[in-house]
Amino acid sequence: MILLSLAYKSLLSRVVTFSLTVFAIALSVALFLGVEKVRTGAKASFANTISGTDLIVGARSGSVQLLLYSVFHVGSATNNVTWQSYQDIAARDDVEWSVPLSLGDSHRGFRVLGTTTAFFDRYRYREGRGVEFAEGQPFTDLFDAVVGADVAVELSYQPGSEIVVAHGIASFTEHDDKPFTVTGVLEKTGTPLDRTVFVSLEAIEAIHIDWQGGGRSQNTISAQEVREMELTPKAITAALVGVTSRLRIFGLQRWVNEYPEEPLLAILPGVALSELWSLIGVAETALIGVSAMVVITALLGMVAMIFSGLNERRREMALLRAIGARPWSIFLLLTAEAALISLLAVLLGVALLYTGLFIARGYIDATFGLYLDITWPTAREYLVLVSVVIAGTTVSLVPAMRGYFISLADGMQMRS
Amino acid sequence: MSAAIDIKDAAFTWRGKANFSLSISRLEIPAGERVFLLGESGSGKSTLLSLICGINCPDRGSVSVDGVDLGQLPASQRDRFRAENIGVIFQMFNLLPYVSPLENILLPLAFSPPRRRRLSDPRKEALRLTAALGLSEALVVQADTTELSIGQQQRVAAARALIGKPRLIVADEPTSSLDASAQKDFISLLMTQTEQVGATLVMVSHDSRLASQFDRSLELTDVAEITRGAA
Repeated sequence: MILLSLAYKSLLSRVVTFSLTVFAIALSVALFLGVEKVRTGAKASFANTISGTDLIVGARSGSVQLLLYSVFHVGSATNNVTWQSYQDIAARDDVEWSVPLSLGDSHRGFRVLGTTTAFFDRYRYREGRGVEFAEGQPFTDLFDAVVGADVAVELSYQPGSEIVVAHGIASFTEHDDKPFTVTGVLEKTGTPLDRTVFVSLEAIEAIHIDWQGGGRSQNTISAQEVREMELTPKAITAALVGVTSRLRIFGLQRWVNEYPEEPLLAILPGVALSELWSLIGVAETALIGVSAMVVITALLGMVAMIFSGLNERRREMALLRAIGARPWSIFLLLTAEAALISLLAVLLGVALLYTGLFIARGYIDATFGLYLDITWPTAREYLVLVSVVIAGTTVSLVPAMRGYFISLADGMQMRS
Repeated sequence: MSAAIDIKDAAFTWRGKANFSLSISRLEIPAGERVFLLGESGSGKSTLLSLICGINCPDRGSVSVDGVDLGQLPASQRDRFRAENIGVIFQMFNLLPYVSPLENILLPLAFSPPRRRRLSDPRKEALRLTAALGLSEALVVQADTTELSIGQQQRVAAARALIGKPRLIVADEPTSSLDASAQKDFISLLMTQTEQVGATLVMVSHDSRLASQFDRSLELTDVAEITRGAA
């Protein structure tokens, strides 16, 4: 007890080096835990990109590829699903609902998604959260459009803005004869929806009706004339499907995969998401590795501080010996100092982390769509904290041993 | 009653750096005596004190303090023996700078529970000692140890050596950093208090003028034989 209080007072007397050392370790601990939080937050956000959908159906390719283009809007579909096949699936009695998705066009760098208004009711993310309208309402007219939060902010759109859809994903040909009017803006979701322009399936059909093979045909059809025409699509890119009972998911999946008319693929979004995450997961290991190195560096800094203090503290150690301290007491004194430093650093590190989280959480959610949960440290995080204290105390055994031998050799006089 | 210090046929050689050995055929100091040891630096006084305090053990012969042969005790018990029975005052740097003067005085008690038990109220005893040594309570309780003058530091160190009634007070040039008038005052205060707690006092100094205040004065060269160089 006396050693602990001596260690504490001795540290206070060296307040500058002491607090810098504590701060360095605290920062490294906060960084490590922060990386851990961001990692689990990113993983959760990612896994929560789409929920409530039982199956995603598309043309046969790979499951990750289908997930990438249908949900993340990355890359393109190699093939389409015919409207007839989609009707067959939608009509099955184990299908409770289905939402068709038609991709392929873009608007100033943002993907245009042709779908039905059911999309806004059925799409779920982050544990069942639904899509909300920040302004306006879903599309009702043929040439109405709804934009995601990022689209609205970056292009400063609001209900009433007029937009022109471009043909293809990176193209200079525009469907400028058939402009759309924005009717609604979605709330920020932190999912690819934020960067999407939504129109009706019929609108996708309408803007392509006078196009043939990637170019506009000679006989143009005006926006007025197209309203009179039959606008049922011939094909869609993919479909989100909900089943009546979870037990029937696998049965339906098998049925779709064995669909005789056309090669199709049905995937479970959760499975495909974790498959995709395992590809990205290498980066998280690297992140953990780097932040662990930072913690180790900070602890080595502490050992260096104790080592460099040993020589100027030989008088102090000799004095303690004269008073009756044993060499082991000197050893314990130095170890207690390191333990105190590590403990304070860990506590400060946790405080820094939570302060940082409280301040930055809203900003991070709004800017990156990354939702960081503020919870008590997990068992894994407690383990990290305890490990830092133990590691700090353990590495200090080296300078403490040196202090032991110095005090054994010096006795009660400092001999040079 | 056994002698406070009894050294018989003891020899000690420092290992390592310099070849320096000290041998003492006989040194006996009765309990309660106040002894002055005159010795220049390099006369082996540090070595002698480290033997008396049980920091080092003689290679042969015996060093007994209060009837206990220190060479027979394991290292940890020698440390405990020192904590319990011996108060040490050095020439300078006697105090831990990061605790208050009062905490410095009470420190030996933390290392020796028996010494602590001899006192009903350690704080009161510390203040009694410092008052007797001419230090104000405010200085002892409130001042920063680093603010004390050298004379004040030495008196705090004396109080620390005396607290808990140790059997033996060892002072190693305690007055060498003080001016002449302060030296006399310090020594007489130290003597009075040593007598009060009933301890034996051994003081080593190179300054023969101080010898007159003691019961007995010895020259270290008469007591100990020093050998240097190749062993």
